[in-house]
Amino acid sequence: MEKRFMKGCEAIAEAAVRGGCRFFAGYPITPQNEIPEYLSWRLPEVGGAFVQGESEVASINMVYGAAATGKRALTSSSGPGISLKAEGISYLASAQLPAVIVNISRGGPGLGSIQPAQSDYLQATKALGHGGFRAMVFAPATLQEAVDLTYNAWDYAERYRNPVMILMDGCLGAIMEEVELPEMKNSNPEDIEDWCLDRIGDRTDSHMITPILPEPALELLNKGKAMQYKMWEMLDTKVEEFMLEDAEYVVVAYGIAARVAKEAILRLREEGYKVGMVRPITLYPFPKASLNNLDYTKVKGVIDIEMTIPAQMREDIELQVKDRCPVHEYGRSGGMLLDDEGVYEAIAEIVKGGE
Amino acid sequence: MAEYKRPKSLMPMATGYCPGCLHALATRLVADVIDELGQAENAINVVSVGCSALNLYSWCGDVIGSAHGRAPAVATGVKRCLPERLVFTYQGDGDLAAIGLAEIMSAANRGENFTVVFANNQTYGMTGGQMAPTTLLGQKTTTSRDGRDCLTTGYPMKMCELISVLEAPVFVARYALNTPKGVMDAKKGIKKAFEKQLRGEGFTFIELLTNCPTNWGMNPLDTLEYMNTNTIPYFTPGVFKDKEAEK
Ligand SMILES: Cc1ncc(C[n+]2csc(CCOP(=O)(O)OP(=O)(O)O)c2C)c(N)n1
Repeated sequence: MEKRFMKGCEAIAEAAVRGGCRFFAGYPITPQNEIPEYLSWRLPEVGGAFVQGESEVASINMVYGAAATGKRALTSSSGPGISLKAEGISYLASAQLPAVIVNISRGGPGLGSIQPAQSDYLQATKALGHGGFRAMVFAPATLQEAVDLTYNAWDYAERYRNPVMILMDGCLGAIMEEVELPEMKNSNPEDIEDWCLDRIGDRTDSHMITPILPEPALELLNKGKAMQYKMWEMLDTKVEEFMLEDAEYVVVAYGIAARVAKEAILRLREEGYKVGMVRPITLYPFPKASLNNLDYTKVKGVIDIEMTIPAQMREDIELQVKDRCPVHEYGRSGGMLLDDEGVYEAIAEIVKGGE
Repeated sequence: MAEYKRPKSLMPMATGYCPGCLHALATRLVADVIDELGQAENAINVVSVGCSALNLYSWCGDVIGSAHGRAPAVATGVKRCLPERLVFTYQGDGDLAAIGLAEIMSAANRGENFTVVFANNQTYGMTGGQMAPTTLLGQKTTTSRDGRDCLTTGYPMKMCELISVLEAPVFVARYALNTPKGVMDAKKGIKKAFEKQLRGEGFTFIELLTNCPTNWGMNPLDTLEYMNTNTIPYFTPGVFKDKEAEK
């Protein structure tokens, strides 16, 4: 294992290469430019290809073409660029192509702000494109977690033949931390010879990659996918449960918000308040059980903390809390950052007000 | 005497095109050339959105369907990952010259080593005959009922001319499929483009002037005459760029 002090965007770019990524296409947009910049020289070093697309629309379609060949393909962008990729991501889903999309999110809506924000939760988890499909969404809170999730992202994408999203905000993309980099993965993924365009072995039959299907086949695909989404929920949900055993107040936060909230929780614990946290690592599948199974004879309130206004995860939380306790929310938005003091004050007011 | 046989690259089934549609002939020409070059198993057909999406089902070799206008981006991804394969897109004029303008110009400008076959029927066939960027002035369509008016919709776009001013493309040519000579020339042009690609020379672009009996509201024979008197005078057939010949 190799340890390096790295910037978030560069760390996930390197983790992607080590995870077997051999194709990248993307279009410049702040705050994720370090990803294409890094991969522009790094991919050729390992025999991969880098293309600076003429737009996000073109880039996601290049990734669609590359993924169809069986190569591990990546694109990254932020806010407005992810909106432009929506059609292409939907095509990946319908053609059942594995690929990874990174969103280093910024303030929205519109051109919004280039400063960090968690403003794309709903887009990522409910509708990355038209047509009603889902993708796994990984939301790391540390750079080590970002490296590990990126490294393994294609395994999920290929297992389920579905696009996968890594969602982190501009803070995580820009900060520097020490990371342990895993070994280079075998870049020849398994089980792709049955469908990909590459002629692996002595294939003589032909393969069709299609984003359009006859109606009965399309319904069948959608039914299969619906079952697959249930399977993700059972097998692949990732969550961190922090100080929940005796918690009377439960914070729900992901990514950068969870890091800030953890500091506030530790401070309140020192003051004697029983606060814990549920931190979704997969935003989809959402860690429903962690919230549904809380002991609501003890829990007096759930606090949704997000770096966006209004809170976007709230409905997912409320569906699990089922009115068994009040749900509160606190956030900052538009590129205004969550800070230690603000988050502490917001949680403290609810916790102490409940006495 | 030449035998008239179904190309191996096409499924033994009806194409699905309307009677008299030159898409069917254009597809057949591409398939013939691929057979002749022994590339049936090596070719990857990047299908676009439009009437030619029918080729998804009638093509025997490897095939990938792409989003409307994005075939050159998809082909870029495919070819960069599989440089040894013969990769081509087949696109209509709405697909290539309207929604996909950025993708075609950028792929051409990067000099991607694949071939674009551009079927220009001067209308949006699949969606029912709306005005295309290539619709001739005065031509009636469902969105230009009194005929295309340059004052509000500009002029028919000449893609070969546009692409041939770029540095990177190595072969850019236009052929009309309304006469036997045009068909024979087109086949030679497609072959030349594919051979150049197989030698790794760079971006090749073949425009085929076609018809749309259904949406032009004409019987197939009349469309051929209409092409002679209207289409060809505006969209001049010929070789617009041949880097080899320039040397
Ligand atoms: C994003 C998007 N917009 C619009 C359409 C609808 N659409 C399907 S085919 C087509 C026109 C195709 O016309 P052309 O490229 O000229 O090919 P033709 O059908 O004439 O061969 C359009 C607009 C679509 N499929 N996707």
